[in-house]
Amino acid sequence: MPITAQLHYCHLFPEDKKMKSENTSYERYQRQIILKEFGETGQQKLLQSKVLVIGAGGLGCPALQYLSAAGVGTIGIVDDDMVSISNLHRQPLYSTFDIGFSKAEKAKHSLTRLNPDITIYAYNERLTTQNALAIIEKFDIIIDGTDNFASRYLINDACVLLNKTLVYGAVSQFEGQVAIFNSQNKNGDAPVNYRDLFPTPPKDGEVLNCAEAGVLGVLPGIIGTMQANETIKLITGIGKPLINSLLTYNALNNGIYEISLLAKATTQSLLPNTQAAFEAMNYNWLCSSANTRFEIDIATFSQHKNNPDVKIIDVRELNEQPIPSGFQFKRIPLSVFKENTASIENETVILFCQSGKRSLQAAQWLFDTFGESKKIYSLKGGILNWINHSSTQ
Amino acid sequence: MKINILFFGQLVDITGTDKILVENMNDTDSLVNALHETYPVLTQSKYLISVDKKIIEINTLLADNCTVALLPPFSGG
Repeated sequence: MPITAQLHYCHLFPEDKKMKSENTSYERYQRQIILKEFGETGQQKLLQSKVLVIGAGGLGCPALQYLSAAGVGTIGIVDDDMVSISNLHRQPLYSTFDIGFSKAEKAKHSLTRLNPDITIYAYNERLTTQNALAIIEKFDIIIDGTDNFASRYLINDACVLLNKTLVYGAVSQFEGQVAIFNSQNKNGDAPVNYRDLFPTPPKDGEVLNCAEAGVLGVLPGIIGTMQANETIKLITGIGKPLINSLLTYNALNNGIYEISLLAKATTQSLLPNTQAAFEAMNYNWLCSSANTRFEIDIATFSQHKNNPDVKIIDVRELNEQPIPSGFQFKRIPLSVFKENTASIENETVILFCQSGKRSLQAAQWLFDTFGESKKIYSLKGGILNWINHSSTQ
Repeated sequence: MKINILFFGQLVDITGTDKILVENMNDTDSLVNALHETYPVLTQSKYLISVDKKIIEINTLLADNCTVALLPPFSGG
C-alpha cells in the first residue's frame, strides 16, 4: 500500500498541470489583480516576462519563490551547487531531504509545484565567461543572487554588454544592499552599473564572504524578497524602482539608507566591449591575487602543529569562532597583520583562518616582508576544514 | 563646522562604531586622509563615499552639518 500511495502522489502533479485554465489562473493571482495600480495588465506583463535568477541560495530562494508565485511566465535558475545542511537556515525552499541534490533541479521541482502555470528552466551549471552570454541573452531581467565577487563582476559586465537590466542584491553579516543597474530611469540619467560603485573587485581577504563572516538567515530572505519586489515593479511599471540608487538595510536596527548613484566616465574602459573581450576575461584571477603555493594540507599541518619551532598564527579577527584546541597558536588578526609582521620571529610559520583565504593573503604579505628567509605556510581549507576532518577521525 | 560620518558593513569592525562626528573638514579628500590616520586599516578597505546621500566621484566640498557615508561592497548571498 505505501508504494501505491507514493506512486499515486507522484502522478498528482502532471494531472494538476492539465487542469490549469483561465479561471484557476485568475483565482491564483486575484489578490494582486484587484490592486488598481496592478490590474489585469500588470498580470499579463508578468506572465509575458522572462527573469533569470543567478544563484539559488539565500537571495535566490526567496526571489524565486515570490516571482514564481506572482506568475512571472518564464524563470531561469542558474546554480551548479548542491544543497548542503548549512544552507537550510537561510534557504527554506529546500528541505532536509534535498541535501546532496542539485539546487537548480530541486528549486525547479518545488517551484513547479508552487505554480504549474509558468515555465522554469534549470541550468545546473556554473556561470562562466563561456556560457553567460548565451544564457543571459534569453531573459529580460537578471537577478544577481550569487555569493562571490568573481560572479558579481562577471554578471555585471555581461549585463552591460547585452544591455540587460540587473537587479543586484548582496548581504554581509546583518546588512544588505539592493540596487537596479543598467536600466534607464524616468529622468533619462545614464544607466549606472556595479563598476560605477566599485570599479575593480576587492582582493581575497579584503572582504569576507558568507562562510567566513556569517549571516543571519532571515537577512538574505529580506533582501532577496526586495529583489523580487523591485523586479515586479520594473516589469509592471508601478512604483519607484531603485534604478541608479543603492539601498542599504540593517537588520539589527531596521535602518534604511538610500543613496543616489552616478555613471562615471572612467567605467567604460574597465568593461569588455565585445563578446570576444568578455570571453577572454579572467574573473577568478581579478578577484584573487593570493598565491596558492603557500598551501599545506591537513595531514602536513597535523604533523607540524606541535613542533615548538613552528609558529602557528590565527589571522581571524578576535571575535571569530570556533577556537581550535590541541595545539598552541598566536592571534594576529588580518586587519592588523601588516603592522605586526616584525613581531614574528620563528623561521617556520603556519597561518590559518576560517576557510584558508585570508591566511593566504597573510602568507603573501609575510613573503613580501621576509622573502625566502622564512618558511611560510597557509592551512588549506582553513580551520573549519581541519575541525571537520578531526571530528571524523 | 560639524560633519557627520556613517560607516557601513565591515567598516564598523574597523572603526568600532557606525557613526562619528568630526569638526573642521573642508572637503572629502582631507576627511579621508584624517580617517586613514585614525583608522589605518581603512587604507586596505574598499568603499564608496556619499555626501548627503549622493555618491561622489571627485574631491567634494563639505558643508556644515552634512553627512558623509562610507559604504563597502558586500559579496554574500
